[in-house]
Amino acid sequence: MKRRTWLSWLWFSVGMIYFFLPLFATFLFSLRGKKGVLSFVAYQNVFKDPTFLKTFGFSLEMALLTVLVGLILIVPTAIWIQLKVPKAKALFDVLTLMPFAVPPIILAFGLIRTYSRPPLALVSTPAILVAAYVVISFPYIYRSVDSGLRSMDLRGLSEAAQSLGAGWGSLLFRVVLPNLRTALLSATFLTLAIVIGELTLAVLLAWPAFGPYMALMGRNRAYEPAALAIMSFGLTWGAIGLIQLLTRSAKDKGSGIGAGGH
Amino acid sequence: MAARIERSVGKDMPGISLPPAPDARRRLADGPGPRVVAPGRKLSWAWLGLLPFLLFALLFMILPASSIVIGSFQNEAGSFTLDNLANLFKPSILDSYLVTMKVSATTALLGGILGLLIAYAISIGGLPKSLKTFMSTFSGVASNFAGVPLAFAFIATLGRMGFLTVLLRTLFGFELYNTGFNLYSFWGLTLTYTYFQIPLMILIIEPALEGMKKEWREASESLGASSLQYWTRVGIPVLLPSILAALILLFGNAFGAYATAYALTGGLINIVPILIGAQIRGNVLHDPQLGYALAFGMVIVMTVSILFYSWLQKISSRWVK
Repeated sequence: MKRRTWLSWLWFSVGMIYFFLPLFATFLFSLRGKKGVLSFVAYQNVFKDPTFLKTFGFSLEMALLTVLVGLILIVPTAIWIQLKVPKAKALFDVLTLMPFAVPPIILAFGLIRTYSRPPLALVSTPAILVAAYVVISFPYIYRSVDSGLRSMDLRGLSEAAQSLGAGWGSLLFRVVLPNLRTALLSATFLTLAIVIGELTLAVLLAWPAFGPYMALMGRNRAYEPAALAIMSFGLTWGAIGLIQLLTRSAKDKGSGIGAGGH
Repeated sequence: MAARIERSVGKDMPGISLPPAPDARRRLADGPGPRVVAPGRKLSWAWLGLLPFLLFALLFMILPASSIVIGSFQNEAGSFTLDNLANLFKPSILDSYLVTMKVSATTALLGGILGLLIAYAISIGGLPKSLKTFMSTFSGVASNFAGVPLAFAFIATLGRMGFLTVLLRTLFGFELYNTGFNLYSFWGLTLTYTYFQIPLMILIIEPALEGMKKEWREASESLGASSLQYWTRVGIPVLLPSILAALILLFGNAFGAYATAYALTGGLINIVPILIGAQIRGNVLHDPQLGYALAFGMVIVMTVSILFYSWLQKISSRWVK
């Protein structure tokens, strides 16, 4: 195998070039805001633009609501299924993965058709945007929560807790959720990373979100879009990097998670 | 959409399972069992706990999706018609489906092959382990780096004033845009999509490569097989279902992508998601009935892909766990 290592290096390098050349080019481009010198003028312009803060704030708010609603819908349901109705697992699996078969563009179309006339004229409320975001984040939230639940002995933990007199409330908040901490944080960061820059649903449901703002900047400005791209990349990198860090430190602790059940 | 599916998706896609038959339930009720498993008749009450989630999924996912299927069989007055579907076979619409499939297939192949080679390099190709950790983390980021920022990055790289365009001109006197290349058409879109397809492929296929047993290679080597023979007779046949499944996933991923194309071309490229978007926004060619049919066509393509994917996953799970 050793003699083939140079081939591995080759493919690795090809990948690195494909990944980093556009990032490098974008960064360089973003520094050219002032003629003749490299500067951070483009970044300053972005931060000076009140629309930037407004749209970013709006998207952040939508993203946080999405996380909240998504977790409230999925976490108790996943726990309930594991403890009480294991038969429903298959149905739950299919439903949480369905958003992969229904791309955002289709979802937007369907929502507009279903909710644009009475009795349910919801299209003009931000609730519909949050609902759509919750749907597209189903797979991510569910996958994190499911792997979190699988790595702990939920049944053993809940039997132990209940035999010690814990009710459903303390079982959920004092036993299960603390053990799911890593999974919940992963789900949160992933959802934030996806929702904040989302374009399709925001544009088609006509909300002044961060994604449409970026697209508009792309049409009217030259260097600011590059600065925005670098900033979004940094944001995604931060979110995903944090998840990796969290899951790795959870793994390093080994049986730390769910060990209470044994 | 993007990074997302990985191997756990659709490991199997079982149908809806129903509660056990009444007599089975009664038997359960009589037997001893741990307290958390609700015995007896309570089992049916326990299903009520799923109601909030089911209701939400019904209202905001299943109803909207089915409204598209229904709408594509209705005319503007609401009565049954097949005209919308017949319109899908108009040359201009057929053409946009062909372009979309071409873009999706090319990016799936390009991203799939490069992703596979990189995944090979970092998993069993003998590179230091730190590179593997780095590449996996980076893939998680890059596969989510789609949409508007990605379009900007490629404009800065391969646009008319882009870094690479200028570099090729000054270093080699090579005019990229004289070759017929245009970032806002087929190859531009394809190269841009490939940016999130490669890391997605790495994320999906790396576990399959890791799952290849060392014993297989040792056994074939001790039987005198060359490296080429090992790959053609053992490695590739074992991996093939996983690779095909991953390629289908990449195909679907590109087929439904709207944001990147919208930001890159300003909605000027003739692919299906952009056409659907134009119907919704009431731009040129505004014809809601055609919009339904277009969306319906996409739902069919996605559904077939997912079914095919889960079938392949089932086959590959025999080998690679």
